[in-house]
Amino acid sequence: MTLTFKKNLVTKMLLCLGGVVFLSGCVNDQSDKKYNDTVDIPVNQEMIAELTSPPFVPTPVGKRMAKKLIVDLEIQEREGEMTGGVKYVYWTFGGTVPGSFIRTRVGDEVEFHLKNHPDNKLPHNIDLHAVNGPGGGAESSFVAPGHEKVFSFKVLNPGLYVYHCATAPVGMHIANGMYGLILVEPEGGLEPVDKEYYIMQGDFYTEGKYGERGLQAFDMQKAINETPDYVVFNGHVGAMTGDNALTAKVGEKIRLFVGNGGPGLVSSFHVIGEIFDKVHIEGGSMINENVQTTMIPAGGAAIVEFRVDVPGTFILVDHSIFRAFNKGALAMLKVEGEENKAIYSGEIRDGIYLPEGGAIQSMPTDGVKKEKEEVKAFTFEERMKFGKDKFTATCVACHQANGQGIPGAFPPLAKSDYLNADVNRAIDIVLHGKTGEITVNGKKYNSVMTAQALSDEDVTNVLTYVYNSWGNSKKEVTPEMVQAVRNK
Amino acid sequence: MKLFNTALFLVSTLLFCKVTAQNNEMATVKGGVYLPLYGTADKTVKVDSFMMDVYPVTNADFLKFVKENPLWKKSNIKRLFADESYLTKWTTDENFSGLPNAPATNVSWFAAKKYCECQGKRLPKMDEWEYAAMANENVPDARKVESYNQYILNWYETPKTFNKTVGSTFKNYWGIYDLHGLVWEWTQDFNTVLISGESRKDVDKDSNLFCGSAAIGASDLMNYAAFMRYAFRGSMKARYSSQNLGFRCAKNLEN
Repeated sequence: MTLTFKKNLVTKMLLCLGGVVFLSGCVNDQSDKKYNDTVDIPVNQEMIAELTSPPFVPTPVGKRMAKKLIVDLEIQEREGEMTGGVKYVYWTFGGTVPGSFIRTRVGDEVEFHLKNHPDNKLPHNIDLHAVNGPGGGAESSFVAPGHEKVFSFKVLNPGLYVYHCATAPVGMHIANGMYGLILVEPEGGLEPVDKEYYIMQGDFYTEGKYGERGLQAFDMQKAINETPDYVVFNGHVGAMTGDNALTAKVGEKIRLFVGNGGPGLVSSFHVIGEIFDKVHIEGGSMINENVQTTMIPAGGAAIVEFRVDVPGTFILVDHSIFRAFNKGALAMLKVEGEENKAIYSGEIRDGIYLPEGGAIQSMPTDGVKKEKEEVKAFTFEERMKFGKDKFTATCVACHQANGQGIPGAFPPLAKSDYLNADVNRAIDIVLHGKTGEITVNGKKYNSVMTAQALSDEDVTNVLTYVYNSWGNSKKEVTPEMVQAVRNK
Repeated sequence: MKLFNTALFLVSTLLFCKVTAQNNEMATVKGGVYLPLYGTADKTVKVDSFMMDVYPVTNADFLKFVKENPLWKKSNIKRLFADESYLTKWTTDENFSGLPNAPATNVSWFAAKKYCECQGKRLPKMDEWEYAAMANENVPDARKVESYNQYILNWYETPKTFNKTVGSTFKNYWGIYDLHGLVWEWTQDFNTVLISGESRKDVDKDSNLFCGSAAIGASDLMNYAAFMRYAFRGSMKARYSSQNLGFRCAKNLEN
């Protein structure tokens, strides 16, 4: 009896030892061995996946081996801000639009836990384009509010993939923000870079037009017509501008994981003032070099890489350019460091060139059509608040968040002698536009500002905000003053 | 023998319950023929005249029910009939959260069915529910009215409407309140139209589900709204319950 027991013990110990040897053999094996078929890559150990909110991405996989990766993603239906004063109910993977970034490597076995928050009203699911299987997981992940679904898949193909909700009506779920990116790195990981960011474009369809205040409902008809009011990066206007801008230092190598959730539009992704050294076309394995603008299909992605050589603010846009300046598809990358005049001289000479003639360009107005009663400001505080929202929605692209302007191109509004000298002139410029040379704070500007299609109330608010910010004269503008200039 | 007794006990406790009429007014819905989302043009559905509760069952109503039928209390409920989310926001067996006249939610299908039986009623059939819910304030079938569909879609997007009191939305053509605007509602045969949740697959499997998808305008919106209801129902099981899911009762029209 005792003997048998001991024998058993010995056998067990031996087995154990063998197991260890075998296991470590396995480990050594994996780092050396190349698998022709990624299905055969063995996994060892479990790991909770690091998930990040945009614009950040999780730690690169580096040289780690394939693992069982637990992804825990919660669906939340929540109200957020589309732009100043405009609210929207977003449906999200992980509380953000786009959803949390998932980073894997080929051979990983992903155990996906999809949780639908009990307060949510709707069932949801997830279709990951990185999955080989029916519906990309959608069928197995259909989850009622207050429930959790678990399914697993092995990632076989390296690349950058979109995931999204595929519950009926699919278009509406995507239009409300239910998309994100999952990256599958090749064996050994992507080549290291200095900075990585996560950007995803999406189009939004609201009942009111761009900038109309209040909680805006989703407009199905506009979605069907594919006429969005907002085209934005990372879920709302200004997600990556001003204080939230992406940052880098001169000489750094940048990698952007760029996706397009759609639902309707295709993106012509471009960084003003940069050339992509490398683009993984459509997020796949083919690499193109020296690219100005790369096309990102709805439900597709691209990895772009470039080195920033000179300091300055680089603007990321959808080069279908009205989307950038009128619908929100604009982000900023601020680069700090030493100038390099050999690469970029700065301004040498400036003269005006107006192929459309000197006439002031104006924006189309809707004529007499007035859909909703405008929300009016009653107090100075409200004027400032509404004015700031309008400034953020309309003026910030040129005059910048703190009214500093862009040297050589757009005059500053902060501590501006030109602005403070004549309020009626300022009103007139906002109403009717301005073209030709002016001198602001001793510097000459020769540019064009288009006439703005703003109501008297809007003009009052935005100018009150401008005059009472950034060291200006604190003049208060009234609707009567605006009306007087308009009727002149 | 013992087994038989136990079985008898179980059956009897499940079959019989205290019948206390609660002051739930009912409205008569005049029957007719309608084309459901899942139907084709030649497959309309006939709905007989029936009666339906004017309001969804409230927290106060449901509290009365569990007091009289303790087997359905939060702590007594059999897991077969309700999962862990059953009355999840109730702090104790006899203490609901939220307003007394807000709709009772986090109730499983079994519990809802039982409740109605105890009132001498039943859950509405899905076709009955859909038929009654086609009505807006003025017409029995408002499914082609754009503003009506937009109203429903907007509601689907508004969070936390389960906190509102019953009767706070509009009174429809039949005199029934809150079919849209507060909570989803259980129906007797909620899972008979199968939506896998993979909507594109549903297109292949049962093209009838997309019968109107080629149409433009209002009918598209109509389908979108209905689709979300069917998708929601498809995601539920009889023992599930949800914060946004309540119920009301119906019964056959007495002659």
